[in-house]
Amino acid sequence: MVLKGKVIKYGDNVDTDVIIPARYLNTSDPKELASHCMEDLDKDFSKKVNPGDFIVAGSNFGSGSSREHAPIAIKYSGIACVIAKSFARIFYRNSINTGLPIIETDAEFDEGDELEVDLSQGKITNLTKGETADFPPFPEALQKIIDAGGLFKAMKDM
Amino acid sequence: MSMTATQKILAAHCGKESVAAGDMIMADLDLVLANDITAPVAINEYRRAGCENIFDRERVALVMDHFTPNKDIKAAEQCKLVRDFANEKGIVNFFDTGEVGVEHALLPERGMVTGGDLVIGADSHTCTYGALGAFSTGVGSTDMAVGMAYGRAWLRVPSAISIVLKGKPKKWVSGKDIILHIIGKIGVDGALYKSMEYSGDGVGHLSMDDRLTICNMAIEAGAKNGFFPVDEKTLEFFKEAGAKEPKIYEADEDALYDSVMEIDLSKIEPCVAFPHLPENVKTFDEFGDIEIDQVVIGSCTNGRLSDFVAAAEILKGKKVAKGVRVLMIPATQKIWKDAMKLGLFDIFVDAGCAVSAPTCGPCLGGHMGILADGERCVSTTNRNFVGRMGHPGSEVYLASPAVAAASALAGKIASPYDL
Ligand code: SF4
Repeated sequence: MVLKGKVIKYGDNVDTDVIIPARYLNTSDPKELASHCMEDLDKDFSKKVNPGDFIVAGSNFGSGSSREHAPIAIKYSGIACVIAKSFARIFYRNSINTGLPIIETDAEFDEGDELEVDLSQGKITNLTKGETADFPPFPEALQKIIDAGGLFKAMKDM
Repeated sequence: MSMTATQKILAAHCGKESVAAGDMIMADLDLVLANDITAPVAINEYRRAGCENIFDRERVALVMDHFTPNKDIKAAEQCKLVRDFANEKGIVNFFDTGEVGVEHALLPERGMVTGGDLVIGADSHTCTYGALGAFSTGVGSTDMAVGMAYGRAWLRVPSAISIVLKGKPKKWVSGKDIILHIIGKIGVDGALYKSMEYSGDGVGHLSMDDRLTICNMAIEAGAKNGFFPVDEKTLEFFKEAGAKEPKIYEADEDALYDSVMEIDLSKIEPCVAFPHLPENVKTFDEFGDIEIDQVVIGSCTNGRLSDFVAAAEILKGKKVAKGVRVLMIPATQKIWKDAMKLGLFDIFVDAGCAVSAPTCGPCLGGHMGILADGERCVSTTNRNFVGRMGHPGSEVYLASPAVAAASALAGKIASPYDL
């Protein structure tokens, strides 16, 4: 799958409380969650995001609570993929299980850069800067979950 | 092959002789947990997948603790969805207002976790039960739903940090100060994907409440789990809680660790984690006067009986500072009753504190003590992220019950030694 969009950039330790504040967790409606995505960190997020854009962040993205509402809010806000130096482990699991593509890489990008991401080839092309970066594939067991279209479907063969 | 205690528990639950860090395993579960925020998402996933099966009706726990007693119509609808599901499926361990407590205080108290168990919960602080010699870790709602249906979960076997505790902590230094000290040293991603395994002669000086607090905050260092070996105190705890006979695991002497940390407990001082990260830890010689508006004592981190006993010792016969709102939230009904019987509520109410029924409440900015813009709270909870307890412009300072109580009296962040 090839994704194309612009970079929206944040720093280290973006936690699940700013991705989707607890005051909105009295619902599990994906669209309602998406409308509050990132608002405590960046109140303009929902205005600036276009379908297909990327969130690019530093280390420990998604730290904090286990709320699956966080990857769901990101996914339904239109973000195609989150690229970070590292992910907090529950967020990592939740993204795989809910089908939000995530990429771990040390490559640097700037706000507004236009990227093309080839998930199956493990390649990011920065169209703005004319640079490329590779990222490693998921472990086989996880790729199976992704390919099956989520954990429930994958369980049928495990 | 030599293994850490965590690795031994994981091996035993996937039918292997041994596992190594990095292995992906499909593990059998002893207990699966969710709360009123994560269970509705899990149940929706479960239904969408067309699932009917529950792996074991006695080994699923659904705990309505976050926005309860139902704080608004949406919260009430969420709980109703879970309640209906529990009734339909005959889930034995469904806990609602009147019986409920904060999940990570409630499950150990009811003897639902024992040594050697493997527990997953759709709540990040599920790592608390490592204090009981179990492997437990937080997962998301889909993992929980699959666990509930099949009794299994995929796990990546973690490597470990060995934390060797020596000596005895001084008066007023508690499990909270110890874990804040550790997180201050290694940072909020210092143990990312890893186990934090505790050992050493210092362990014997820690109460079970201290150990539960320390493992509770493993996630604040990014860890997968925390682990204390079972000792006399743990066995006593199991007996009182009516838990099953434990399976006892200890790390091999030549187990491999990513790193080893030695901590002299006698040198640890009371400390405070400043906004907006649990790693911003300072001791009292590192900051000046910080005036406060609210104090919260409660949560799965520090809402147990010994926490209220410590607070009462400091508050007895005194009045909280004018302008400071103080909330006492015992984590379970049993703790509530025990605190009442000990006369702690007289001390709290006479001092000017409010006492609440068990709930997560303000810990996650849900209800019961939300902060306005610019307000500051000293809290015994575990997270001080932006907006965690209310307005994004408010501030949460994490500390022990003793520091929180001393701060309530002083109207500013204060050390129990300064009273
Ligand atoms: S008390 Fe706070 S940290 Fe603990 S389970 Fe409740 S919301 Fe989560």
